[in-house]
Parts: sequence; structure tokens; C-alpha cells
Amino acid sequence: MNTSLKWIKDLVPGLDCSAQEYMDAMTLSGSKVEGYTKMDANLEKIVVGQIKKIERHPDADKLIICQVDIGTKEPIQIVTGAQNVREGDKVPVVLDGGRVAGGHDGSVTEGGIKIKKGKLRGVVSNGMMCSIEELGSNRDMYPKAPLEGIYILDESVEVGSDAVKELGLDDVVVEYEITSNRVDCFSILGIAREAAATFGKEFVPPVVTKTGNGEDVNDYIKVTVKDTDLCSRYTARVVKNIKIEPSPEWMQRRLAAQGIRPINNIVDITNYVMEEFGQPMHAYDLDKIEGGEIIVRRAGEGEKFVTLDGQERTLDDSVLMICDGKKAVGMAGIMGGENSMITDDVKTMLFEAACFDGTNIRLSGKKMGMRTDASAKFEKGLDPNLAMEAMDRACQLIEELGAGEVVGGAVDVYPVKKEGRRIPFEPEKYNRLLGTEIAPETMISYFKKIELGYDEQTNEVLVPSWRQDLECDADLAEEVARFFGYANIPMTLPSGEATTGKLSFKLRIEGMAREIAEFCGFSQGMTYSFESPKVFDKLLLPEDSKLRETVTIANPLGEDFSVMRTTSINGMLTSLSTNYNRRNKNVRLYELGNVYLPKQIPVTELPEERMQFTLGMYGEGDFYTMKGVVEEFLYKVGMRLKPEYDPNAGRPYLHPGRQANVIYDGTIIGYLGEVHPTVAANYNIKDRVYIAVIDMPEIVSRATFDRKYEGIAKFPAATRDISMTVPKEILAGDIEKVFEEKGGKNLESYQLFDIYEGAQIKGGYKSVAYSLTFRAKDRNLEEADIAGAMNKILKALENMGIELRK
Amino acid sequence: MKDKLQKIKEEAMRQIEGSDELGKLNDVRVAFLGKKGELTAVLKSMKDVKPEERPAVGQLVNETRESIEKKLEETRKKLEEKELETRLKREVIDVTLPSKKNLVGHRHPNTIALEEVERIFTGMGYEVVEGPEVEYDYYNFEALNIPANHPAKDEQDTFYINDKILLRTQTSPVQVRVMEKKKLPIRMIAPGRVFRADEVDATHSPSFHQIEGMVIDKHITFADLKGTLQEFARQLFGADTKVKFRPHHFPFTEPSAEMDVTCFKCGGKGCRFCKGEGWIEILGCGMVHPKVLRMSGIDPEEYSGFAFGVGLERITLLKYEIDDMRLLYENDERFLKQF
Repeated sequence: MNTSLKWIKDLVPGLDCSAQEYMDAMTLSGSKVEGYTKMDANLEKIVVGQIKKIERHPDADKLIICQVDIGTKEPIQIVTGAQNVREGDKVPVVLDGGRVAGGHDGSVTEGGIKIKKGKLRGVVSNGMMCSIEELGSNRDMYPKAPLEGIYILDESVEVGSDAVKELGLDDVVVEYEITSNRVDCFSILGIAREAAATFGKEFVPPVVTKTGNGEDVNDYIKVTVKDTDLCSRYTARVVKNIKIEPSPEWMQRRLAAQGIRPINNIVDITNYVMEEFGQPMHAYDLDKIEGGEIIVRRAGEGEKFVTLDGQERTLDDSVLMICDGKKAVGMAGIMGGENSMITDDVKTMLFEAACFDGTNIRLSGKKMGMRTDASAKFEKGLDPNLAMEAMDRACQLIEELGAGEVVGGAVDVYPVKKEGRRIPFEPEKYNRLLGTEIAPETMISYFKKIELGYDEQTNEVLVPSWRQDLECDADLAEEVARFFGYANIPMTLPSGEATTGKLSFKLRIEGMAREIAEFCGFSQGMTYSFESPKVFDKLLLPEDSKLRETVTIANPLGEDFSVMRTTSINGMLTSLSTNYNRRNKNVRLYELGNVYLPKQIPVTELPEERMQFTLGMYGEGDFYTMKGVVEEFLYKVGMRLKPEYDPNAGRPYLHPGRQANVIYDGTIIGYLGEVHPTVAANYNIKDRVYIAVIDMPEIVSRATFDRKYEGIAKFPAATRDISMTVPKEILAGDIEKVFEEKGGKNLESYQLFDIYEGAQIKGGYKSVAYSLTFRAKDRNLEEADIAGAMNKILKALENMGIELRK
Repeated sequence: MKDKLQKIKEEAMRQIEGSDELGKLNDVRVAFLGKKGELTAVLKSMKDVKPEERPAVGQLVNETRESIEKKLEETRKKLEEKELETRLKREVIDVTLPSKKNLVGHRHPNTIALEEVERIFTGMGYEVVEGPEVEYDYYNFEALNIPANHPAKDEQDTFYINDKILLRTQTSPVQVRVMEKKKLPIRMIAPGRVFRADEVDATHSPSFHQIEGMVIDKHITFADLKGTLQEFARQLFGADTKVKFRPHHFPFTEPSAEMDVTCFKCGGKGCRFCKGEGWIEILGCGMVHPKVLRMSGIDPEEYSGFAFGVGLERITLLKYEIDDMRLLYENDERFLKQF
């Protein structure tokens, strides 16, 4: 929403403030000003001059020498190349040392162009006569301006006066961000009312007078509203003997300042009233309305209609249409029809001001892909009481401008009149909510400023129908706060019962995950929750993979963001790929983010959101580095059982021989592995990539921060080394299982210290060596204790086909 | 005898002084005081001395021994000091040589900013809670006083899964979920991921984070909201930070406000960073709308509360002067390592 500041000041005559003061105060009272543009920011020393004498330039065919009266004793001499000026013309003149906004070709120069006196082909020129473009505007806004050349001012203007003022360029365009609840403020009158209240000045709205001749409009037109749910009010008046001509300059100036191009008197009046009241209007050529009637009804399914922009539209039964006895003539509230639009030879017209359902207009506009100035106003939900006021105002302007003869009376189909609201006045409640001690009389005075009445008899606040947003105590408290000033409300801290600040256990465990990952050199990444279904192919997932069952976005930004991820692998690989392709070396990343697993397809309830702790790296380090990070994490969150690793994890995106499920106490809590070379290549990574994914819900349900001191060993340890020749298919984990099961309570730890496959070892075998440490907590171990345990271990190993080397 | 001792002493002193390292000094000790040393030999020969002379001789021997030992000890100390000095001189290193890097990871700037916010609010007794990212329309809109066909629903450009389910556009639904549990009073913040159909560019992302805050108790006022958020701003942006509240509109709060803070770059004078305004918009807030309280089963006549919502990325970008939001989701290590 934009307004001309001059227009506002005309409606609030006492308003005397700079643009900046206006912006600050309006913003603090709730009409947020985004910014303002001074139309004359780069215009300086520009006066009205009258050309007294024109002579040819002695040395240039295309230049003329003008003697220009600028209200001083002597006229000044100006040389110009413009061809459109004549003696007697009044023109804007920028004097020596003044500034203009841009060039005559419409180009705009930052900070404007300084004008100095000088010589043109040897003849002194003391200034410049200006085109409208040089003054920072254009022919669209000033239709009187010549195609090329100097702007010729009206004869009535006073020589020597401020030309910027005469042209109405001494204005400021203020841009507001109006919130959706304040429909009334999408109008000059609404803003002016707020401005008057904000500055404590009187609001003087235009006085709308009675209009119309002795005829009766009902003899011209009959209106039937069939779908009253979508049209709460329809008003119509008729204007005959229309004389299309340009609107007066004052109206053109106001529209120009609003950024609206003046067209002709009828169109300009319609736009003027829409700006002023916020009520869109439409004019039909009555001679093209058949059957002398207007019918407001829903469109038929598949009905075709050509709007006044020449486009054919296919409608459905949710779109409201304005029709005559035979055909549709307009899309209600959005755009009129080509078949009934007014043209320059219009004789009689039908003026429409109606109130259409905001939601329907918004949805219809969306469906049709149309958003017009009118529909933008309607979709906010207008006050139906506005329609007749705006209609009468428009007819008043028709008469004042002599644009036509207004027919007496008005058609008004308004089945249920919208009344204002009454809300009990409860000042103590407002104070309690705000934390203030504002006197009730003060509150009533605030209300009065914005035309909220107070009924002393019933102790009620009377809310006018245009303030549909005011419904309850809290709403009135806000009105009080706005004019008391948010800044004047004290600052306190909540009293009352103490509460404990805390993080949930889940969040604490996630914090631990971050710490361990970072200790191990991994930096935290964040990736999107949605991705393309194509990633499943990139990850080599089979067609029937459960991971392909996704929560799918019905209206995604594009296929790339269309499904909620069921695995965090793609995000990680994409991030690693970005790093790899930017030649970052040895990259380690982790992410804590959800995957979204649907409970059913199609989705009928919320999916399961599972937090995944994902680690990924390339460069230095290998599978066992990653395994170390996983184990470090489990240990730190108090999961102290020995995790097991099942190499038959069956994950197609990982190297078939280098992957494992991480099993803790019998449950798969995650997995790790080297990324399948084909998958790595799909992400443009030509290095080995390692990934680990920990399913955090499994961690959160097992983690603990309880720790118990177990003492420090006091008695000496004894170590025994075992060297073995092991069939290749037997895993280190299998051997360690034997140690765990047969080692007895005195086996403190074991350590792999050599593993070798090669020439000296027979085919199908590998050499493996472990060092075992025995220790008792309460005594020195005897040789017999150790031998007993060792025998059990060795026997079990032999049973597995493992040969012991002496 | 006396002469002999005197000679031994002189010889010992000479040799001690001639020792320039600890090893040699030890040899001297052994030569004189060791089992086979010269002085020990004298001691052994005491049996040949007449008994009446023995005490005098004995004393003489002891004196000699003591003076040798004293000299030995002094010299040892000197030599040790000298040796240490030599070692320290030898061990001088170039401290300007490059450090040996420990491979340590870095936290995402969003997380650092979030942890800062969490620290401030947990310190004020707020609990950090979470809610689902894929959410029911009811919690995201309806229960927040945004009924079907409300224009605010369009403004938020929602991603829908179906008619009932969507990607939450704000963290505000967590307010409703917490209120429904009816454990009063409530002091909570709810950080989390939210989604809006905005194309990716330097200032937009279809996925970003908000931090919701809410307090519900008896007698909570707008003044409490102002005081709390001022405290928050001062802790986050510095003790000199000033706050400004402007009226605004949110369907789920009334009265509503937006809060600006004085630009932390120029302190409010106006600079390029704050576009010359001196103020930076930081969050939206307000008193929880009575309709919202009622829908969640809380009596607005008895309880009141305030709520606020902060864009996490907004804070991150401002605080760390990051000029492009896309950097937050690319995960380039050269970016992450700066935090």
C-alpha cells in the first residue's frame, strides 16, 4: 500500500511533520512504513518562467535563444534545442546552480544533475527549461506533456512561483506494510484516520453530497443476486450523457503520486475512489447490457468468457459472474468482460460497487491465475457498508467533473446489513494484560480517535463495521497499547512459580554426539529434509526397497525437493561431493537430522521422524577409523557392552565386502561401511568414502549418564600371546567371541597385534596374533589360573579349525 | 701424618678443581673417599697410630674428609648447573615453526547460535522442547487461530502432503502441543526446522529454523514479554543493546509486536549493515490469543501468556556477518571451519 503524503495531509489538515517523522510515528502506532520516496529529492531551484522572446541562434540551426521572465526585474537568457516552445509559454526553468532528476530521454541520474550557466555555441545560457522526464516523471503520469520537448505549464500559473509545487512534484510517496487484519487501511481514508489518531489531529474526510437527476435508476436496470453467499451487497447507479475527456489536473496529480496512470475522467474517477475508499468499482457500457438486468450468479462448469484484456478464460462453478439477461459481462471482483467494457463513445454507463466474498475472490483469482488491483482489495474481505459510500462519492465526482448526468436513485441489493460490534468495556482487563495502569478515560479517548464509540449506558465499546478485526478484550487492549505507545509499557520479568530450565535427555545425547564427532575431526553439516526420488537410483536401491516408500510433497518446488528423505546418505554424499569437487582435502562431516518414515502409504497419519547421526569422510582414515568414532560415541554415552559387527548388512550403496551393521545387545543400532564405488562415482567422488549412520532413537533408549567407579587394578597383570593360522573366512570377531566366552573372569583384555596374509601362509589361511592380558582384582594370579583359561581358549579355537603356531 | 693428610687434601682439592664434568668429579670422589681411596687408606692405617694420638689424628682425618666432601658437593652443584645450562642452550627450538594440527571438527554456525539462545532461556527457567516437523494442519494453522481459507495460510506458502498433513511452516504448533498437556505454568522454547515454498537464493531457503518461545502462567503481561525479550537481546547481542517494539499482527497473538534491536555494528547510529536505520528487525511476538488458549483447553480468564518466534538463520547471518544463506546448507568445510 502506497499513499501520497500530500493527500493524507489534505485529509488531516493539522498534520505538520517531515516525512521521516511521519514514518517513525506511523510505524510505532501500527501502520508500518517501509520507506518513502521524495518525488522532488533531486529537484532544486526550479521556477515557473514565461518565454517573452524567441530568437534564432546565430551559429546553430537547431538552437534558439529565449528571454525568459522568471519574476525578477530582468528576464534571463536561456538557449535551448527544444522545438516545441513559443513566445508566451509558461515553462519550468531550472536556474543556475539548481538540479534536475535526469535527462530528457528519461534516464535517471543518482543524486540528480547539477545545472550551471554556460555558453552554447558562444551564446550565454543562464539555466535550462525542463521536460517532464528531466523533472523525474514521464508522459504516462503527465499525459499533457509533449512527446518531445519542454513541459508547457497551464496559463494560469504565476511566473516566478515554484514549478515543482505547480506540478505537484513536491510530494512524498509513502510505502506501508499493512497487515492482513487491517483491511480498512488499504485506503487513503483508512491511513488518514490512523495518521490523525497518531498525531492527535482532526480527520476531515470528504463530504459526500446527494447526487442524481429526477429519473429513477430502476427504470434503467434491475439487479438480482442469486448467490448471496458470495455477494453480500450489490449497488448500482446509472450515468448518462457521458462526456469522456481527461480528468482535471488535481485528480491526475493525485493518481500519479499513487503510481496510477491517468486515462480519462471515468476511469480516473473509478481509480480515485478505489484509492480513497479502498472500494473497487466497475463501469459497464449500459447499452451493451442486454435485457435491462444484472444477475449475479456462479459460472457454469466449463463456461467460457473473454475478459477485457482479450483473454479467453474457462471457468468453473466456483467463480462468481456478473451477467445480463443473456450473457456474462464480468468476472465478479476480478475483471470485467470485453463485451461490456466502456469505450470512448460510451453514452450511458452502469456503475457497480459491490461486496464479494474475499475467500472466493482469492481462490478464484488463484485458480484463474489472475490478480488485479480490484481482486487484491476484495480478497482481504471488504466492509459491505463501504459500497454505497464509494458509489455516492464516485457519482459526486462525476457531477463535479461534469463527466455525465447521474440518474437519480440507486439499486442496493443488501439482504443482511452488516452492523458494528459491541464489546463490553473492561479497562482493568486491558491493564492486566498489558501490565499498565492506564486510566479508563484515557482508553476511551484513544478509542474515540479511531472512531470507536463508547456507550455509557451499557458500558460497551462500539466498533464500526470497517473494524472487523476487533472482536475481544485482547483486540481492544492492543488498540489501547498502540496509542499509549508500546514504548511506554514498562519492562518487567515474569513473576510466579519458578520453573527449571533444561534440555531433554534426547537433546543432551545429541549434544554428546556433536562433541564426539568434533573431537574426532568431523564438522557439522546441515542438509535439506526433502530430496529427489532419483536419489534412490543413485544409491542403487532396488525397486522394492522399503526406503523408496516416502512421504511425498503434493506441491513441491520441483522434483528435486519432492520427497521427504528416508535415508540421510544422500545429504551426506552431496555435501562430501561439494567439498570433493572444490578440491578440499581430507573432509570429515557429520549431520544430526531426521529421516521421515511413513507409517502407511498413502500417508494418513504423521510419519515417524527418526533422528540420524550420520558421519561421512574421505581422504585420511579408513573403515576402522570410522568404526573407532562409533565406538568412542557409544562408550561416551554409557553404552559399555561390546558392540558386534555383522558384515552381512545387505546395504546396496555400500561396498559389499566393507560394510557392517552395528549390533548392540542384539539390536541393530546403525551401520557403517565404505561407500560403493559406483555410488561414489554417482556423486562425482573418485576417492574412497566412508559412512556411518547411527539411529539415534536406539541410542537415546539405551544411553545413560550414570557412571560407577570400578577401582584401579592393584595386582600385577600377566600376558600371553597366541599366534594362529586361521581359515580366511573366520572373522576376528569370531575369535574374540571365543576369548569372551572362554577367557573366564580373569581375562582383562585382548589385543590384536598382527594380521597377515601372504606368501608364508598356506592358501586359504591368514596369520593372526593376539595378546591376552589376565588379572585378578583381589590377588596375584597363579600360573595355574592362567593355564586353565588358556587351555579352554586354545581348545575352542582348535575346534574352529584354527591352527596354533608355536 | 699431619703432612700426609695435608698433602692428600691439597691433591684432592687440585683434582676436584680440575674436574670439568660430573663423571670426572665422581672419579675423584672414588680416588679419595672410595673404599680403596687414599683417605680411606689413611683411616685404615689408624690402627698404627698410638692410642693417645688417635683422637687428634682422627679429628684431623675427619676434618680433611669433611673439607673434601664439601668441595666435592660444591663442585657437583656447579657442574650440574653448568650441564643443565648447556642442555637448555642446546635445546633451543624455532617456536615460529608451524604447529602440529589436531584434527578437530567445527560446529555449524546455526548450532552455535542456537546453543547461545538455549543457554539464555534455560538460564531463565525455560525448558527446551521439540515437536514434529511433518505436522497436522490443525496444529500448524487451525489451533493457532488460522482457520481454513485464512489469507495468512496463503502467505506462508505451505508444502502439503495431503489435506490434513503438511510440513510445518513455523515452530508455533509446538506451543499448542505443549499447552494441550496442560502442565502449567509453561516456560518453553522450541527450536526446530520449518519449511516454506521459497526458492533458494541468498536470503531464502525452503527449509530453515525457528525458535519458538512461550510462557503461560497467571498474571503474565505484555510488560513481561518486553522485559524478557530485552534481557534476551542484551545477552545475545551485548549489554548495550536497546530494543524497540512495533505493533504488528499475527493471528495467534493479540496484542502482537515485532521487535527491533539496535544495530550491533554501529550501535544504532545507522550504517550500511542496518541500511542506515540503526535498528534491525529480529523477531515477532505477542500475548497468546485468548482463542488459542481456549482451543488448547486453557482458561484465558485465569491464565495469560506470551509467545515469540525468532528465525535462527536470521540471528546466525547477522551475528556472524554471513552474506549468503546458501552457505549454511552447502557444508563446504572451508566455511564450517570458520566457526
